[in-house]
Amino acid sequence: MWVYEKKLLYPVEVGECNPKLARYLMEQYGGADGELAAALRYMNQRYTVPTKVIGVLNDIATEEFSHLEMLATMIYKLTKDATPEQLVEAGLGAHFANHGHSLFYENAAGVPWTASYIQSKGDPIADLYEDIAAEEKARATYQWLIDISDDVLINDSLRFLRERENIHSLRFRESVEILKDERDRKKIF
Amino acid sequence: MYRGSYRPYVSPLDPCPPMRVKKFVLPPPIFMDFQPPDLEQVSPREALMIGTLWPLLADEFYREEGIS
Repeated sequence: MWVYEKKLLYPVEVGECNPKLARYLMEQYGGADGELAAALRYMNQRYTVPTKVIGVLNDIATEEFSHLEMLATMIYKLTKDATPEQLVEAGLGAHFANHGHSLFYENAAGVPWTASYIQSKGDPIADLYEDIAAEEKARATYQWLIDISDDVLINDSLRFLRERENIHSLRFRESVEILKDERDRKKIF
Repeated sequence: MYRGSYRPYVSPLDPCPPMRVKKFVLPPPIFMDFQPPDLEQVSPREALMIGTLWPLLADEFYREEGIS
């Protein structure tokens, strides 16, 4: 189970009224390398990895959900007060036609999230290497988002999120090292 | 007549000028389990314009309403 705290992991402030940025941020909301994909991937893989690394997947999945919540806050703040005309201007006309002012799990190009973005192979090394790759791809996505955003307050939050991807990547690499230690170990049960 | 509204949370730090009231549609059928017999009807010509013979079922949505 989870205990919910009614606050964000890291403050989200939006400096400029720029609905177009919301569209780009959706890449990390409902994109292939986004926070939803990350959270659901780890949350599901955790059942069938060696006992020693279950906690890593559980904790990182939980944190990814808190990142998802930050992204949602940014997108909501940037779109909630926009008129339909302003949304069309921001490139969100197709999104508005389908979803109105609501958020949806889709990427910057409007492609809806799909479970085929993630995998669960049942092989610990295959799964952990996928997780490392996912973190690096998310890190890169944050780089490109920071590159195209002029909003210093948003960029502050994005830099925090990007740095977390680095840490997660390292934790998954450490998990691989922990599993490598099992080699030729003579265990007495 | 067939509208609801609420006042969403507005932050002093919102980047865009806030919409203080959000409106939504409460469409006529939700107030009617079964259509009662002998409802008031409009002329066939008018029905063509509004989309139904029974004006009680027309909620007349216009883009000017600001529902979104």
